[in-house]
Amino acid sequence: MHSALFEISTLHYLVLGAALFLLGVIGVLTRRNVVIVLMSIELILNAVNLNLVAFSRYWQSIHGPSALHGQVFAIFVITDAAAEAAVGLGILIAFFRNKETVNVDEVNLLKW
Amino acid sequence: MHALVQYIESYLSSDKTPGTAGNWFWATVYVLLVFVGLSIAVIAMNWLERKILAHMQVRLGPMRVGPHGLLQPIADALKLLLKEDIIPDGADKVVFWIAPFIVVLAAFTVFVVVPFGPTHAVTDMNIGILFMLGVSSLSVLGIVTAGWASNSHYPLIGALRSSAQMVSYEVAMGLAVVSAILMTSLNESSTGTLSMIGIVQAQQEQGVWFLFKFFPLGIIAFGIFAIAMVAETNRAPFDLPEAESELTAGFHTEYSGFRWSLFFLAEYSAMIAVSSIAVTLWLGGWLRPFPNLLRGTTWDLAFSFIPGITFLLLGAMCFYNTARMPKHPLFKIQTLGLAGFGAVLALIGLLMFLPPVRDRVGDIFWFSAKVAGFMYLYIWYRGTFPRYRFDQLMKVGWKVLLPTGLALLILTAVVGMRAELLAQVREVFQR
Amino acid sequence: MNPSLAPNPPVATPFFFYGLAAIMIIGGILVITRKNAVHSALALITTLLAQAALYLMLYAPFVAGVQIILYAGGIMVLFLFVIMLISIERAEKERQFNKQWLVGIVAAAALGGLFITVYTTTTKGRVLFPEGRASYMDMQNTQGIANLLFDQHGGTYMFAFEIASLLLLVAIIGAVVMAKKRI
Repeated sequence: MHSALFEISTLHYLVLGAALFLLGVIGVLTRRNVVIVLMSIELILNAVNLNLVAFSRYWQSIHGPSALHGQVFAIFVITDAAAEAAVGLGILIAFFRNKETVNVDEVNLLKW
Repeated sequence: MHALVQYIESYLSSDKTPGTAGNWFWATVYVLLVFVGLSIAVIAMNWLERKILAHMQVRLGPMRVGPHGLLQPIADALKLLLKEDIIPDGADKVVFWIAPFIVVLAAFTVFVVVPFGPTHAVTDMNIGILFMLGVSSLSVLGIVTAGWASNSHYPLIGALRSSAQMVSYEVAMGLAVVSAILMTSLNESSTGTLSMIGIVQAQQEQGVWFLFKFFPLGIIAFGIFAIAMVAETNRAPFDLPEAESELTAGFHTEYSGFRWSLFFLAEYSAMIAVSSIAVTLWLGGWLRPFPNLLRGTTWDLAFSFIPGITFLLLGAMCFYNTARMPKHPLFKIQTLGLAGFGAVLALIGLLMFLPPVRDRVGDIFWFSAKVAGFMYLYIWYRGTFPRYRFDQLMKVGWKVLLPTGLALLILTAVVGMRAELLAQVREVFQR
Repeated sequence: MNPSLAPNPPVATPFFFYGLAAIMIIGGILVITRKNAVHSALALITTLLAQAALYLMLYAPFVAGVQIILYAGGIMVLFLFVIMLISIERAEKERQFNKQWLVGIVAAAALGGLFITVYTTTTKGRVLFPEGRASYMDMQNTQGIANLLFDQHGGTYMFAFEIASLLLLVAIIGAVVMAKKRI
């Protein structure tokens, strides 16, 4: 048990990634401020990236030092996160111009 | 004692930087040296800027505080440290306090990979240039938070304008840097590298500074980077966000005393950092001039005397000015001070003629001399060019530098790979 | 420029890992609980920088560099810009957590239970991810990623690369169209 805690293995990184993912999910589900919801989504994407890079390291230990697929995938996820953040914030600005609020609860123009 | 000398000797003859060799003690020593050197450089820059700007404007600059104003930076530092620390009412105290530290952190961390010689860097990361570009882009965050935390509209507008400008010119900088990195892959034996020491070694192997490679592509890339780096550090002629006549000092309006000096320190360190990038990528880093044209040990010997001659010339200038000092009894201390300063410079110059020092000081001297040349260019720009308006600034960044950078990148790639491309085209036409 | 084949043994790894993990978790908690959006953004920046350091520990220096440049130096600047352009002092005085916060916490707890179940499953006494002996060639990381992306014979991600650039173009056009002022 003692050595499992001090011998950093892939599982440690996965658990850390899972914790960050949970924090991001809580942020998305419970906050009212749209900007903070978007930042929680960035937390989720970062947790996924951590998992990917940790698995890439694990894969390297099996398939040799050029098995960097996880890292390439992580770079694509970062690119995606940039695009999604830009579009999300654009939507936020457009919505804020109409309604003067940043609360998710008040995005209810189509509600009956 | 003998063991200590042996330890220092055994370290000085290693062929790896302390970071890559895993040597904690020497890495810490290098970090402290970089810190001290940077502080001295910023102090010298303060004095040099005021004197050179003054002489360009046909006036004298600070002359009172020390001989020819040499103690003026120290007086400025003392004044800033003793000033009252004012925090505006309604400002967010935590963020107001953190913002200068973010900018200083970004400006100082960059120097971990700056190479003063083939083994004279704190470490040699294999993503050296990527790390430098990335960390220097963290200073934008500090500026934006500084402007917001001041709770006043002049700093906010200044911060937003400044960060928009910095982000725009980072793109142009990145493109110019990539076209220089492409040239490192043209060695016969390697696949190209992002490490700073590797880039200078590529220039050494190819025997030509990347400034002159594929003429004029190297020079245009260097030109793009030289313009973008001035805009990146918010210096004239791109200093609208912090100009006194426009925005009452922009994002650091509400900062006084020690906090302002942190911004000032960070600005000059960032200038030295981006100049180091330009020197490493295009001007051959620590290589002496004409590495290929004037080859041979006699030319090496001749060039190795130049550091000593430079310091002797500086000492001679000090002595000349000592002779020109007024002979009034009130000027006795100043005359003695200037003579002492000149004597110290001349002594350093004489020290650089001794063979053990002469062999080792060449790399550091040439790198510092080139960076000093860039600092003079910065001051020259400030004294010569009028300020850009903000929309003109953004137009230059996006509509002029970015397309030129892209075209340059494609041209560099095509010219660099012309043999393979011609072979493939020939193969297609032969079928 | 000889690539060093002998790996540098990692130094004090548990200390750095637990320190960085603590910074990341505390940063994450600050992101989701602060009233002030700028404080959340600063906490997120700290988390992202700690994550870049973790990437360095996982021997992925290129991904760490990309994270610092893009995430901390690009996306977070965008977030801070938008937070400052829409002045949300009014939002600080309103209620911060929405009405279904309990359901959210329960759902997250269920997800956490699922994670714990998956990670502590050991079939026939074997641990989930048996570690091999991973070699480490520092100089080859960027070249390795470039090989996977661009190489003529080994590059399996070239198509994804082109699609990603198309995605970025679409995102640029979309963001400009949506945030433009309609006169």
